[in-house]
Amino acid sequence: MRESAGMKTFRIVTVTVLSVFVVVPLYVMITSAVKPLGDVQGQFTWWPSNFTLQPFVDIWKTVPLGSYFVNSLIVSTAASVLSVIVAIFASYAVSRWRFRGRGAFTTTILSTQMFPGVLFLLPLYLIFININQTFGIQLVGSRLGLVITYLTFTLPFSVWMLSGYFDNIPRELDEAAKVDGASAMVTLFRVVLPVARPGVIAVLVYSFMTAWGEVLFASVLTTESSRTLAVGLGEYSTEVNVYWNQIMAASLVVSVPIVVGFLLLQRNFVAGLSAGAVK
Amino acid sequence: MVLELFIHVAPMVVGIWMSFIKLTQLYIANWSAAPFLGFGNYSVALDFNAAQGSSLLRSFFTTCIFTIFVVGISWVLGMAAAVALQRSFWGRGFLRTLFLIPYAVPMYAGIIAWKFMFQQQTGAINFILSSLHLVGPDTKPFWLIGSNALVSVIVVAIWRMWPFAFLMLMAGLQSVSEDLYEASALDGARPFRQWRSITLPSLGQVNTVLLLVMFLWTFNDFNTPFILFGGNQPPAGDLISMHIYNASFVNLSFGFGSAMSVLLLLFLLIVTGIYLFITNRRSKDA
Repeated sequence: MRESAGMKTFRIVTVTVLSVFVVVPLYVMITSAVKPLGDVQGQFTWWPSNFTLQPFVDIWKTVPLGSYFVNSLIVSTAASVLSVIVAIFASYAVSRWRFRGRGAFTTTILSTQMFPGVLFLLPLYLIFININQTFGIQLVGSRLGLVITYLTFTLPFSVWMLSGYFDNIPRELDEAAKVDGASAMVTLFRVVLPVARPGVIAVLVYSFMTAWGEVLFASVLTTESSRTLAVGLGEYSTEVNVYWNQIMAASLVVSVPIVVGFLLLQRNFVAGLSAGAVK
Repeated sequence: MVLELFIHVAPMVVGIWMSFIKLTQLYIANWSAAPFLGFGNYSVALDFNAAQGSSLLRSFFTTCIFTIFVVGISWVLGMAAAVALQRSFWGRGFLRTLFLIPYAVPMYAGIIAWKFMFQQQTGAINFILSSLHLVGPDTKPFWLIGSNALVSVIVVAIWRMWPFAFLMLMAGLQSVSEDLYEASALDGARPFRQWRSITLPSLGQVNTVLLLVMFLWTFNDFNTPFILFGGNQPPAGDLISMHIYNASFVNLSFGFGSAMSVLLLLFLLIVTGIYLFITNRRSKDA
């Protein structure tokens, strides 16, 4: 089918405007990361004329970025893996069994997106302190506390996304497995999950990204030893000096793994998302 | 499910309980001993003639403006991009990947890059504006303090939000059959007409969810103003989440902060309820 001239103009204009909008901050981030400190504190320039890789060396010394990296990695991995496991069971139940309040479930899940994070922050903090006093489990300032907190953020959306995906998998598949004598567990893990792989990956990516970038709870619930990257990045602006070039370099180091991972898995993400949303 | 319930409901109940008591730093260690205030915190929050009430009201309206612009523009940009990339052409895959990057970049990194660009003396934004002769060299505007702050925070929020709209709409468009466009083109339909009669109706479901989720995320947005302004936001950028955070953690009146969050929650519940009611009825009529 031929394309009209108007459509072509629209496409070119849209693509150009959006590309500029997207690229400029990224470009500034990358070029500023290879400028010496004096240059980022002076007049802005498009081109890094005094090219240096020093900021990438310094970032590890100014702030203990390495240990924050490890913290973020542990917390995000734990949160996303747990989230996927719980979401698989919950979504399978929602998608395959009719139970009372099933319709209300979807609405409830959507409405959890409504709660202001601030509303949770302080109660959660107090609960964590009380748990510590009662059971002696240290949650404030520990990675475990952060993992639990992130689970509460990611689970609703994950269950919603995954149950939409499960709904698209024909029930005949389950029934055929049942006829062959497979239990519900075996059916889920051997038959349904392999088909639902894009959905599972979508949930994994989503939870990992959420945990990796979260700032508000991480800034309150962590201490020096359990601090995550997102909070640690704030430490480059001290009273004395704002190390803009190091901030940009560190932001790049933090972003690159997650962006590359996301882009590699984007097809799965789109598939999982559309199944959940179009439902 | 039980775990899920526990994790979500317990903090909420405690939060609502806190809104009824006079919880200040005196009682934080032994918070069950704090005096019971009834609706005292609420009457302060809703007394719009007094200082605290009127600043809450102003913050609320600021957030409304913020939300309308961010959700509206993000949706338009996402839709434009999804339609522009609907047909395959050379470089489509690359552009799609490029457009998704702001969504994939960790929140902190993206927003801090904007903060750098918004610096008054050394930032890229003022550099671009003055090289386009939109501002003079001596009249560089401030972006992070003063009345421009709202513009800045809106731009940054859109930068982060629109790829999500694009992603959802693109996913939704995949289920629209090419034949419909072919047939309507034979009938002489112009592209805009095709968009109105084919594209938009088939995205009905997606739009319902997308607009709701974007509205809720934007209204509750904390990260963008927090990272952009670093805790001391100017009045023009005083979004409601920041407002509550400051009342609770800077002024340490936790009970008052909780009362405000409960009010915010009630507002969002009502809006969402009305919205779902209307969209449900419309989809049943159709």
